[in-house]
Amino acid sequence: MTDLDSAADVVAAVCLLLGALLCLTAGLGLVRFPDVLSRMHAGTKPQVLGVLLVMLGAAIRLHGWSASWMLLLVAAFQLVTAPVSAHMVSRIAHRRRHVRRDLLLVDELGGEPAELGGDEPADAH
Amino acid sequence: MSRGRLATRLRHQLPLLAWLVLVWILLWGTWSWANLISGLTVALAVTALLPLPPVTGGARLRPLPLVRFVGHFLADLVVSSAQVAWETVRPDRNRRGAIVAVQLRTDSDLLLTVISETLTLVPGSLVIELDREQQTIALHLLSVRDRADVDRQKAAVLAIEDRVVRAFGSAADVAALDRQPDQPERTSS
Repeated sequence: MTDLDSAADVVAAVCLLLGALLCLTAGLGLVRFPDVLSRMHAGTKPQVLGVLLVMLGAAIRLHGWSASWMLLLVAAFQLVTAPVSAHMVSRIAHRRRHVRRDLLLVDELGGEPAELGGDEPADAH
Repeated sequence: MSRGRLATRLRHQLPLLAWLVLVWILLWGTWSWANLISGLTVALAVTALLPLPPVTGGARLRPLPLVRFVGHFLADLVVSSAQVAWETVRPDRNRRGAIVAVQLRTDSDLLLTVISETLTLVPGSLVIELDREQQTIALHLLSVRDRADVDRQKAAVLAIEDRVVRAFGSAADVAALDRQPDQPERTSS
């Protein structure tokens, strides 16, 4: 039984560390990526998987179901809400033309969304 | 409001009601009749005070494609997280982004929501705009090497649409997958 317990502890620790590391790279990405759209990538993928792993690690470590249910909810809402907020931010950024066009290989939308009459910010090219 | 309309509205709100009660019970962490009844009261109050439009079209779950979708989703999530994480540690100066428009074949609010959420989470893509009438989705791709890479990532988007629709869509939605899109892909170059 103790063997099983320590194995579970190791798995939990690996999940927690890996999750924390991924969240760290998400934060790092927010600083290091060149424009809003790239930063949103950092804010969704590693961030969400990081939170999922931390939740998984915590669920393994905390015995008992009542905590696990709560962690499951946190994970579910993270999965559902992170893409929505990232989309809202990037949509506004795109409409306000906060896009580094010099970093784009292809732009199939062109300067299309002019409905809002976005003004050109200083970092637009 | 007549009795009939009230009954219809209640039926449309039923999935939402069940979900709210479930969340309530999960938040309390323990199962008890008191939790169920208080949860039901809160859920009824929420749906009555803040009514949402009903989800039309109706979805069904197909177990096998669902497993395939979830499996692909988790694998993609790990791969794309690792990619983005690596980009932050070792930024590639030659890395280029891309904004692409992809013509989807699905015409259902619910499915388009699931597809957009999935697309933002998994491959190197981020949803910028969704043209509901044209069924065109605009994506930002984080990292592309060349035009062939762009085409490959656009094909991956369609593959995800395919998996989502086969897992959740109605028979008509699945049939729409096999039809060729009648309008040409919108490009502005």
